Amino acid sequence: MNTNTFTYEPRGQMLVIHLPKELDHHNCRNLRYETDLLLSENYITRIIFDFSQTEFMDSSGIGVLLNRYKQMAGSGGSVVLYGAGAQVRRILHVGGLARLVPCFETKEAALTCS
Amino acid sequence: MEQERKCAMEGEGMEQERRRDGKNGEMLGTDGFQMEMEGFSRNEEFARVVVAVFMSRMNPTLEELDDVKTAVSEAVTNAVIHGYQNQGGKVGIACSIAGNELTVTVWDQGRGIADLKKAMEPMYTTDRSGERSGMGFSFMEAFMDHLEVESCPGKGTTVRMKKRIGG
Repeated sequence: MNTNTFTYEPRGQMLVIHLPKELDHHNCRNLRYETDLLLSENYITRIIFDFSQTEFMDSSGIGVLLNRYKQMAGSGGSVVLYGAGAQVRRILHVGGLARLVPCFETKEAALTCS
Repeated sequence: MEQERKCAMEGEGMEQERRRDGKNGEMLGTDGFQMEMEGFSRNEEFARVVVAVFMSRMNPTLEELDDVKTAVSEAVTNAVIHGYQNQGGKVGIACSIAGNELTVTVWDQGRGIADLKKAMEPMYTTDRSGERSGMGFSFMEAFMDHLEVESCPGKGTTVRMKKRIGG
């Protein structure tokens, strides 16, 4: 799996987005366009971010998550994430995202939560 | 006059440092490096890795290393996006170690910031796409012990950050 770009895995009405190793401004550039396209062509009620390969994230990642959260909240959907390591958890906490986006340990938990 | 005295004091400190170094033959005085790179987004990772490798001689904890990497990433991203409007330009990075304190300076010669106070407000962003969080300066403040920003419209911006490593 390429760890420098996003990969998308549709799971029914859920969309799993596998995030790159380094989630910074450089690697975030294409995400908006790609997810907007996927959201317009599919009926998606939950976006699941996979942080299991991500070793570094800065405020660019917060921007991306926050925007997806607003998008999904606007249509009654939800955003969750799983697999966040220590650095990512710290950034989510300082960025205030930990309160908005539920964090799970595993993909299964993120897929089956209600 | 004030400045002269300050220089003399710094000079004395250096002398003492060198004498102490002479005993074990190892250089332990103020240590540092300075570099310039092109302000392209793909260089953001390079910048934070260079600073991380440099500061590894201070035996930082993983958390301290991540904090500095995050702050550097924010400062360089600001230079790339805001200073140079994604058009590229020279971004400078300097690091120095004095005792257990790391100083990182990031500068650009881009458009500068007209209203610094506003730019440093949490969540403030000029971005209209909604993709930018506006948390860059807040993160630098949160992850470092000290943050100083100088900016001159049309001439550029300099960000100076300090962090104590190991205590």
